[in-house]
Amino acid sequence: MSLAIQITLNGESRAIELDDPRITLLDLLRERLELTGTKKGCDRGQCGACTVLVDGRRVNACLTLAASLEGASVETIEGVADGPELHPVQQAFIDHDGFQCGFCTPGQIMSAIGLLREARVHGDPERVREQMSGNLCRCGAYAGIVEAVLDAERLTARESERGVA
Amino acid sequence: MSEFVPITAPARQRQQASIGQPVKRRDGVAKVTGAATYAADNHPKDMLHAVMAVATIANGRVRALDVAAAKAHPGVVEVMTPENRPALAKNPDDRDNPFMFRLDLLQSDRVRYANQPIAVVIAETFEAATEGAALLAPRYDVEPAQLDMHADSEAFVPEAVGPGAPAESHVGDIDAGLAQGSHRVDSTYETPAQYHNPMEPHAVVAAWEGDKLIVDTPSQAMTIARGRLAGLFGIDADDVLIRSPYLGGGFGCKGALMSPQVLGILAAKMVGRPVKLVPTRPQMYGPLGHRAPTSQTLRLGMDDAGKLTALSHHARTTSSMFDEFFEPSANISHTLYASLAISTTHDAVRVHTGTPMFMRGPGEASGSVALESAIDEAAHACGMDPLAFRLANYADVEPISGKPFSSKRLYDCYAQGAERFGWAKRVLAPRSMRDENGLLVGWGLGTATFPVIMFEAEARAIIRADGTGVMETGAQDMGQGAWTALAQIAADSLKLELDQTVFRAGTSDLPDGGVAGGSGHTATVGNAIDAAGRNAIARLIDMAVADTDSPLHGLAADQVEARWGRLQAVDDGARSEGYADILRRAGLRELEGHGRGRADADVGERYAMHAHGAVFAEVKVDPDLGQMRVTRMVGAFAAGRVINPRMVESQFFGGMIWGLGFALHEKAETDPRTGRIMNANLGEYHVPTNADVANIEALIVNEDDPHVNVLGIKGVGEIAVTGTAGAIANAVWHATSKRVRRFPIGVADMIAEPATAD
Amino acid sequence: MNHFDYVRPTTIEDAVAAASEPGATYLAGGTNLLDLMKGGAIKPARLVDITHLPALNRIERDEGGGARIGALVKNAGLAYDDEFAHDFPAVAEALLAGASPQLRNAATVGGNLLQRTRCAYFYDPASACNKRVPGAGCDARDGLNSNHAVLGFSDACIATQPSDFCVALAALDAVVEIAGREGQREVALTDFHRLPGDTPHQETRLAPGELIVGVRLPKEAAAFAWHSRYLKVRERTSYAFALVSAAAALKIDDNGTITDARIAMGSIAAKPWRAYDAEAGLIGSQIGIEAFAAAGRAALAGAAPSGDNAYKIPLAQNAVARVLARAAAGTPRELPALPGAPFATATGELAHV
Repeated sequence: MSLAIQITLNGESRAIELDDPRITLLDLLRERLELTGTKKGCDRGQCGACTVLVDGRRVNACLTLAASLEGASVETIEGVADGPELHPVQQAFIDHDGFQCGFCTPGQIMSAIGLLREARVHGDPERVREQMSGNLCRCGAYAGIVEAVLDAERLTARESERGVA
Repeated sequence: MSEFVPITAPARQRQQASIGQPVKRRDGVAKVTGAATYAADNHPKDMLHAVMAVATIANGRVRALDVAAAKAHPGVVEVMTPENRPALAKNPDDRDNPFMFRLDLLQSDRVRYANQPIAVVIAETFEAATEGAALLAPRYDVEPAQLDMHADSEAFVPEAVGPGAPAESHVGDIDAGLAQGSHRVDSTYETPAQYHNPMEPHAVVAAWEGDKLIVDTPSQAMTIARGRLAGLFGIDADDVLIRSPYLGGGFGCKGALMSPQVLGILAAKMVGRPVKLVPTRPQMYGPLGHRAPTSQTLRLGMDDAGKLTALSHHARTTSSMFDEFFEPSANISHTLYASLAISTTHDAVRVHTGTPMFMRGPGEASGSVALESAIDEAAHACGMDPLAFRLANYADVEPISGKPFSSKRLYDCYAQGAERFGWAKRVLAPRSMRDENGLLVGWGLGTATFPVIMFEAEARAIIRADGTGVMETGAQDMGQGAWTALAQIAADSLKLELDQTVFRAGTSDLPDGGVAGGSGHTATVGNAIDAAGRNAIARLIDMAVADTDSPLHGLAADQVEARWGRLQAVDDGARSEGYADILRRAGLRELEGHGRGRADADVGERYAMHAHGAVFAEVKVDPDLGQMRVTRMVGAFAAGRVINPRMVESQFFGGMIWGLGFALHEKAETDPRTGRIMNANLGEYHVPTNADVANIEALIVNEDDPHVNVLGIKGVGEIAVTGTAGAIANAVWHATSKRVRRFPIGVADMIAEPATAD
Repeated sequence: MNHFDYVRPTTIEDAVAAASEPGATYLAGGTNLLDLMKGGAIKPARLVDITHLPALNRIERDEGGGARIGALVKNAGLAYDDEFAHDFPAVAEALLAGASPQLRNAATVGGNLLQRTRCAYFYDPASACNKRVPGAGCDARDGLNSNHAVLGFSDACIATQPSDFCVALAALDAVVEIAGREGQREVALTDFHRLPGDTPHQETRLAPGELIVGVRLPKEAAAFAWHSRYLKVRERTSYAFALVSAAAALKIDDNGTITDARIAMGSIAAKPWRAYDAEAGLIGSQIGIEAFAAAGRAALAGAAPSGDNAYKIPLAQNAVARVLARAAAGTPRELPALPGAPFATATGELAHV
């Protein structure tokens, strides 16, 4: 059985032929589209390492059946930086040492970007902790992650005040 | 690939040591952009996918596998079973050193634990391989499994615990000490089996090129892994290339090469194409090591002044039916508290599980939670503040050996941590502190300690014609920051700015980088790098002073020093020249230096060498609902020279969060009938989430140790797990007056009322 | 995962027809379904992808203040709908207490009603489970069962339904709208899930092929908006299933007398457990710790351990008392940072001071 879907992937329209209906978005990205930045930590929606944005919202790519994504927009870690210019969230993760081994980091960053788009943090570290709890970090970089998200929120707010996109 | 250009600003004339600077991670950009390549991210041409089938019984034999059904599934290429697995040059059940573990490589139909690999399905796609493995539908001859660690009749005293420590140690007369005490603690603490659960599974991408083998797989010890593979496959170690530039966490379970990794390599050999094999998360609960459960009995005697008269620590643990690793939990009691008599003993029971192994703070973590709980109980028995009690029993020399400490600033850890935490405001009696909402509040303390361990490593330094440097060593970064901290040492050793120094690591074709474990990687490799850099500089100086065209000509070597890319006369800064000048005149493209790092056995004979720390924790407990939250933690640690405080702070945070998980979350739950772990996933095997870590602080206490090694580095990777779990348990007690001795502490432990059904 | 037939219908009629075949199941958010398929606990022959059905992703309000939620509305989409959350705060709090942000962005309202138990023996194909394989036996009975049912269980099954959302819905008399081959019908949420009895594999009132198209909250439910809360007790501060949970909604007159009450509990039975007797006992009572504790005891009347889980009975009693205290104190203007958590406290609500 062959299935075709049309999706927007990191801003680019893509027609994708699926060789198997069982393919998840995660395995599509990693094994078929050479986008390996998104990680497989548990494959069961229990760790968040595979977090990507679908239609602007963060989801677990491992529990998303690729075939059902017809018409969807998908953003992955590879599409976040503007060329050599890091996204503010990426830079904040470096500045606050918000990772150690780095394996959960693409998922953390996509989750943080999704969180900031939801605009419900309001500078409250407790809200960041709760809202970032879908992303496990076994190294225990949580303190830096919280600081990074708050920092990126402040920066984004300042930029939007200045009218910067 | 394994080389970084710095992301920091271009060279400033900073001219100060890189060591000690809070440099940001040099692999940061790669990690935040998804460009960092972990093992499973590799995809060589013509690669196939392999998936393991694992046993659902703990003891018995595989009677039948439906290989035909698996092979009939579209996309399945081959099924590897004991019947057709390629031959090995060495029996996987042979082992010849304490860091080597027996492997399950389909050597027979025998099942020795649940989740043991029993077959490998190789297919064109991951989906097909996964379903092929399910279609094998194994049938078994089931035999009774021994799963009870409390089976006293099965208990025995192991020859050694941990990586070769004696199972028993004694100083003084423990019975006399206990008799002498006017207060007594006699408590047994239970700790569960825990699983490392690095976020990255033990993925392997293996490609054979004739008899040469290229393996992408996470490894904390590439040289040892390379030797293991060479032995198993009967090939030359030089024909094995392991690439492990990034590990997605290690924590001990990537120290030895593990069965699934070798099975992926066997699969590639079998089909003659590159193969990727990644254990599923549930499959990580069995063949990939764990922290063994323990049952620890502490007997303490105290005199009227609160001084220990006896400290007896017995630990029962488990190992697998077929291999040895014995969690050396009781040995934590060798180091921390002075006592008239100390006795530590171990025994063990074999059970049908995978082999336990090193897991972050092996022995220290499980031992510490028991010891620190017992010490807290002892303080309470004496009516003393837990910090005052610990100070009353402060060890000025190592209690078990009588040796002086090479350095010990534990007192400062207590003092600085207590000050920062506000410990002086603690109310002595338990269940007497509340927050503004009425939640029970408890403050607890635990002492942290971890030995200074060094392995062996080598490094090669290169000064290039343009005056920049290169440092090469097969070091491994599992997140601790080797890419950054070791580069800082490299720059200083070559007396170059950090951004003039290229640092190469992460592959097995570089000089032996030793083991990223035992908290000893930075100390071991760092000293190798330091020696290599100094060796290169010494050679450069020799060239300069012998060169008639050099302004340094004729000086004695010790009259010349290196400073930021230049050599200069010690007593005349005007007599100097750049590295590049010297090499250019000599017509050299580059100059090499070599160095080795390893423990000095003589120093170890003379000194007890440990890092120390103190962890203070605040826990809030809902008095009706029993739910607990660690609302504040302050750790203060003295661990010798700090190379990069930013990374060291992160290591302390990580360790403390592991301690939190130990105290409140982590536990593998094994069905006592089948031996299957029923929460073998990250949804129900709980590790701390972000919301579990409220406020956390780590203080670095300055400590200058002139003995441990040239650079004075002790190690920071594991110490913070110790102390923390006990501090939290003690805080729970202080909040509630309930002393829970079975870990992790859970909601049910806090619910006092018996069930009523009115 | 087994090979399955994948179809993506564009009308409800086509979907129902496609799903009426044996072995077919609906795919919406997939968060539970794919997990179960990957673990081999279920092996559907056909997935009927309903994510592209039109008009099932709306939140509609009626003039009386009731709400109709399309089955494909995401958990997060509903919880973050400000108007909905204002009128049904316990529902929003329950939704946000569940799972993770990622899962809440994918999981749907309809799917949440069909969330399967977390019983490890149900998930493990090598274990005996009457729910997974009728007549196979129950390995949980004498196994690891510290988080199993204390109400409504049977010899055949002691599993619990783990949904947070359903607990709040049960408290507020939600109605499930169902499409089938014979057209639409409705079932009260409190009747939607079945107790196990001898047929634990029959978990709901849905007939083969029937599709949840929406959930309705009656206008009466909105009248509780000022005193409506959800509480969830768990072993981790976030991203963990409940040990017990409870929803409460109250109407209180100016004298502090309770004029109407709704109580439901989660993770203690195979269905969200509505505590009618406890509700009745509260009406006419003054708000206060004693009345709430009595309601907690009444709510667990008839409860018994099904294994190593006796602690859940006093725990659930205390949870009911607590959530009533929170509801009585008033719905907060903004949900706390840790929705549903014990730590999101207000002064004076603890019973055992």
